[in-house]
Amino acid sequence: MKKSKDIDEMIQQLFAGNRRAASRLITRVENETEDHHEIMKKIYPRTGQATIVGITGSGGAGKSTLTDHLIQKFREQGKTVGVIVVDPSSPFSGGALLGDRIRLQRHFLDDGVYIRSLASRGCLGGLSSATYNVIRILEAMGMDIIIVETLGAGQDEIDIIHIANTCILVATPGMGDDIQAMKAGIMEIADIIALNKSDLEGANRSLRQLQTALSVASLEEGQWAPRVIPTVSIGSRPEDLKGIDELASAITEHQEYLHTTRSIDKVKFERVEEELGLVFKDELQRLIFKGLRGTGKKRKYINSIIEGKNDPYSVVEEILNTYLIRKKKK
Amino acid sequence: MAGERKKRILIAKPGLDGHDRGAKVVARALRNAGMEVIYAGLHQTPLQIVNTAVDEDVEAIGLSILSGAHKTIFPKVMSLLKQKGISDILVFGGGTIPKKDWGILKSIGVGEIFPPGSDTREIAAYLYKVL
Amino acid sequence: MNNPDYMEAKKYGEDISLDEELYRNLSGFHIKSLYGPEDIPKFDYGTDLGLPGEYPFTRGIYRTMYRGKPWTIRQLGSLGSPSEANRRIRQLIQMGSTGVSICLDMPTIMGRDSDDPMSEGEVGSCGGVAIDSLEDMRNLLEGLPLDEISINFVSNSQSPVILAMFVAVAGEQGIPLAKLNGTMQNDILKEYQAQKSYYFPPRPSMRLTIDTLRFCSENMPLFNPISISGYHLASAGATPVQELAFTLANGFTYIEEGIKAGLSVDSFAPRLSFFFKAHNDFFENIAKFRAARRIWSRTIREKYKAEDPRSWRFRVHTQTSGSSLAAQEPENNIMRVTIQALSAVLAGTQSLHTNAFDEAFSIPTPRSEKLALRAQQIIARESGVINTVDPLGGSYYIEALTNEMESVSYEYFREIENLGGVISAIEKGFYQSAIADSAFKYQEEIEKKKRIVVGLNEFVTDEEMDIELREPDPEFEKQKVADLTALKKNRDLNVVKTCLSEVRQVIQGSDNVMPVLIKAVKSRVTLGEIINVMRDIFGEFREESIY
Repeated sequence: MKKSKDIDEMIQQLFAGNRRAASRLITRVENETEDHHEIMKKIYPRTGQATIVGITGSGGAGKSTLTDHLIQKFREQGKTVGVIVVDPSSPFSGGALLGDRIRLQRHFLDDGVYIRSLASRGCLGGLSSATYNVIRILEAMGMDIIIVETLGAGQDEIDIIHIANTCILVATPGMGDDIQAMKAGIMEIADIIALNKSDLEGANRSLRQLQTALSVASLEEGQWAPRVIPTVSIGSRPEDLKGIDELASAITEHQEYLHTTRSIDKVKFERVEEELGLVFKDELQRLIFKGLRGTGKKRKYINSIIEGKNDPYSVVEEILNTYLIRKKKK
Repeated sequence: MAGERKKRILIAKPGLDGHDRGAKVVARALRNAGMEVIYAGLHQTPLQIVNTAVDEDVEAIGLSILSGAHKTIFPKVMSLLKQKGISDILVFGGGTIPKKDWGILKSIGVGEIFPPGSDTREIAAYLYKVL
Repeated sequence: MNNPDYMEAKKYGEDISLDEELYRNLSGFHIKSLYGPEDIPKFDYGTDLGLPGEYPFTRGIYRTMYRGKPWTIRQLGSLGSPSEANRRIRQLIQMGSTGVSICLDMPTIMGRDSDDPMSEGEVGSCGGVAIDSLEDMRNLLEGLPLDEISINFVSNSQSPVILAMFVAVAGEQGIPLAKLNGTMQNDILKEYQAQKSYYFPPRPSMRLTIDTLRFCSENMPLFNPISISGYHLASAGATPVQELAFTLANGFTYIEEGIKAGLSVDSFAPRLSFFFKAHNDFFENIAKFRAARRIWSRTIREKYKAEDPRSWRFRVHTQTSGSSLAAQEPENNIMRVTIQALSAVLAGTQSLHTNAFDEAFSIPTPRSEKLALRAQQIIARESGVINTVDPLGGSYYIEALTNEMESVSYEYFREIENLGGVISAIEKGFYQSAIADSAFKYQEEIEKKKRIVVGLNEFVTDEEMDIELREPDPEFEKQKVADLTALKKNRDLNVVKTCLSEVRQVIQGSDNVMPVLIKAVKSRVTLGEIINVMRDIFGEFREESIY
């Protein structure tokens, strides 16, 4: 374990924008080292101000190439950009192959861009509580914009909406049936839908389907109406690209909407609420299991559940009643 | 799991040469050995490689070189790391690198070199041992 | 295991391994212990094989094969410096080589001049020739009988420029274009799939390829403008059946693109040639070539409606497998190369390159190079295998294997078709991940000893050869850069500018780029200058999918 003096120094360097300090602190919170609470407590006051853009969509939809162009746009606006790319861990080995950076390589020499690849480490929804913390670290580092790229667009994999101010769903032509299936979900996930590869056959049809899906949704007065933007993110010449400027301005407009309507307060509230819940869950579990350590009770509980004599709900109630709540009453 | 340090390794192919078979096989093998592998792809300059290593906080950089440019590229990577005050990232290599050059590379701080025909399990075991 | 063969054998007390997994060829096909008539149930001699030299050419593309014309012995003759390479080529010709392959150094391969900052430390690397300007091509080809010897340029993305230089030098030597022999590898598709030496996105690259194709079909009837290469796919990890299917699919793509560009299929199909690897599995290798000939001829004739029988012929150059060579007990590689070469001959190759046993790890010595050449001559002159055409035709095993290779290829063709064709499949990363999968599987098989490499994972001794590289000579690089600087100083800059702006104009339009390239190289515009203009217009390709 690092001495807390070293940690303090690293945190000071982080505040000064030092990438190496940021990198090492990210590793610590990602690994949930014993001092990660300490780290988070110390950096927390310096966080919460960045614009967080979530980009989600299925594999091969072109998330990374869109991210690449958005980074470019934000840099042209003079903003610093942090990027977090989450990719799945192998369920077999626990290892991961993280290769999305390849598409972001033109920014490798730019001091105003920090890119970090994260493995999902078994967290199916795409975002672990560690991801929340990594975002906070990039905020504390002073990044104006933080892009979080996650895999998946199924309805179970929408964790990203709890963090992002602006959430972009990347769709591609020919996923019409999927669009029908997730019609309801789409509205909740996406503030903006990028219909990428819109130069492909069937793009117009998909565009109409998406627009129809969005138009039937009932919006409250003044509520942000999600919009579809056709994009082409792969192209070696600028003239081959499409919709990048529109996408960047839609993000800006959405941000303006959030601020003028004060919806940003709700977004921030939800983010902290989610974060609080996650920290609670993790901490409680850690605490309880720590308390049970060496008593042999955990094993007994598990066996009793396997044998059909008990169930997880009753066990949790019992543990909470006996250990936690009574302890507090003392 | 609290406090678990996953090994993070950067695999990169510097220089003009595009033969990436070995780099990709090793990247996969290390993933299967439980490591988080960042694959940086083709035609990377030493500076790009070192910047990536810093951002990703990797413990080791594996460079695959088949073009004979190892005596140019390894020293450049090592001196960039030094310039940035980094002494705790291991640099190791693979590809067609003659044994007679291993001494020179090791003398500037490069770790193990894995020639063609190496067993990927040995590479993983080596990294688990030294990191 | 209730395999009846085994049960029967057991009855007689034969000792056999029951591990079926061990009996798989490199493509992963399960190989039975015995083949018989039931394995080729609908076999019809006329439709499935036909006579050698006749459709569908399964038995070979010429009636008399090697009795009529021996295969071309085509060894590698290149070195960093064009003049040194020229000397080496002359030596090879003296030893009896009837063709020669010329590799380029890394900067030339990547479209960079020797004085480009990216080229530093790699000028003359990998035993390839550094070609910046016409001067270099002139030195490389000086005094060679270009209308007699067949020269194979291992040149891909930069092919239009190399072709322009070749044409210009031939002109200086007074050799009519119509008499020029040789081959330009010029296979851009496999660059994206395996070799990774691309500059532009696939579609503009294809346009350049079609320009060269058109130029050659109109002016150079004896020259092979594209050598569609499975070799590199296999070296990157593709299995033999993937090599077969992917290479043929690439071939069909060039045919389709040519037709789309308004060429008649018979005007260029006869000049398309192929390049295969002779891998370790002896019979599988032979079946691969036979299936290739049959699929090619049928598709070209039936689907693309070629009428000229020459269009139906699958002509192929073969190289033994560099990636099968081991550094452990290197002399074993002589045997590996010989077995592979024999399989290529029995498979009916038109030309053959045998690797020197130390080639993959070391600078081949004159002795090892000579041994490699001799392997071919011994097969040709001593073994008697050339006395009759296709001696293996009709073997139950060979024919069954040929059929299986063919049907799996058609499965791949459908898969590629479903992805929207070859270029689209490249853009979707299909090849890159299929090939990486096979490479990884092969490595696993070696490590788990499911595949044996003698001296590496079985019968291991500690005798090993060190890798010795043709390292770029820093003095040569300095000299080359100095020469190039001098050349750039001593030319008419206005002419250079005009030439480059003509190149720019033509590639923005749709005219054939070859005439302006020939004019440009004659005016001492360099390869890197031309490619940079093209990069500017076409943009650069980045690989989007990796695994």
